[in-house]
Amino acid sequence: MAPTVIFLVFAFIAVVTGIGVIFSRNAVYSALLLVVNFFCLAAFYVMLNAQFLAAVQVTVYAGAIMVLFVFVIMLLSPAREQSVFRSMRRQGLTAIPLALIFIGLLVLAVSTGSMTPMRDGYSLEEINRLGGGAHAVGSVLFTEYLLPFEVTSLLLIIALVGAIVLGKRRT
Amino acid sequence: MVPTEYFLVISAILFGLGALGVLIRRNPLVIFMSVELMLNAANLALVAFAYQLQSITGQVLVFFVITVAAAEVTVGLAIILAIFRRRENVDVDDMSSLKG
Repeated sequence: MAPTVIFLVFAFIAVVTGIGVIFSRNAVYSALLLVVNFFCLAAFYVMLNAQFLAAVQVTVYAGAIMVLFVFVIMLLSPAREQSVFRSMRRQGLTAIPLALIFIGLLVLAVSTGSMTPMRDGYSLEEINRLGGGAHAVGSVLFTEYLLPFEVTSLLLIIALVGAIVLGKRRT
Repeated sequence: MVPTEYFLVISAILFGLGALGVLIRRNPLVIFMSVELMLNAANLALVAFAYQLQSITGQVLVFFVITVAAAEVTVGLAIILAIFRRRENVDVDDMSSLKG
């Protein structure tokens, strides 16, 4: 009973902030609502016994990526965008019902599909025995998925170089 | 414990909302944020399945998705800054010089 209530609370907040992100006229409001959304998702990860991922989500996504977003929003668009309702008349009247149908179909597909009966998942004792969620992820990350790990570090270097090149002023 | 289907329903709703945001909005930053919303919906589905199937692989994949999303946001925001640097209003409909 209690897990379901907690889930419903966070699910409600997540969906409401998701709607707020895409319908908010002010870009800063969208960014802050997205941060709240990420926190709700981090709560879901804790419920799903992925505590390390919840910490990574808060640190990297809400703490670094959204900070970048807010920086760029402050640099670029100080004016409120009133063009949401301008374009709404052209495409929005078609897009919103289609999106609702799409969401309905997706929800139907995931909720009525046949799945293997649920095992217990990671029990809390097993995670504690392994030394916390970080140990469980790390022991697989550095043995079985070592190549994607190294390739990801290469990708980060490429992204860093690309961002610096794009940010330089043409002198 | 909450059944996995509940998490998948939330993931589907968030994914649809993100797709709607990409289609409706004209501010490139809000479009980018909707893409991040879609990525997070996929992450939620991955973690839900990792919990159900008792496999750590889902969480490792989410780890990689978060990292790649960080790299993508870096480069994407640099591109947006480079394009819209000296304009008054940011609007993706202005970027139509390649239009046939």
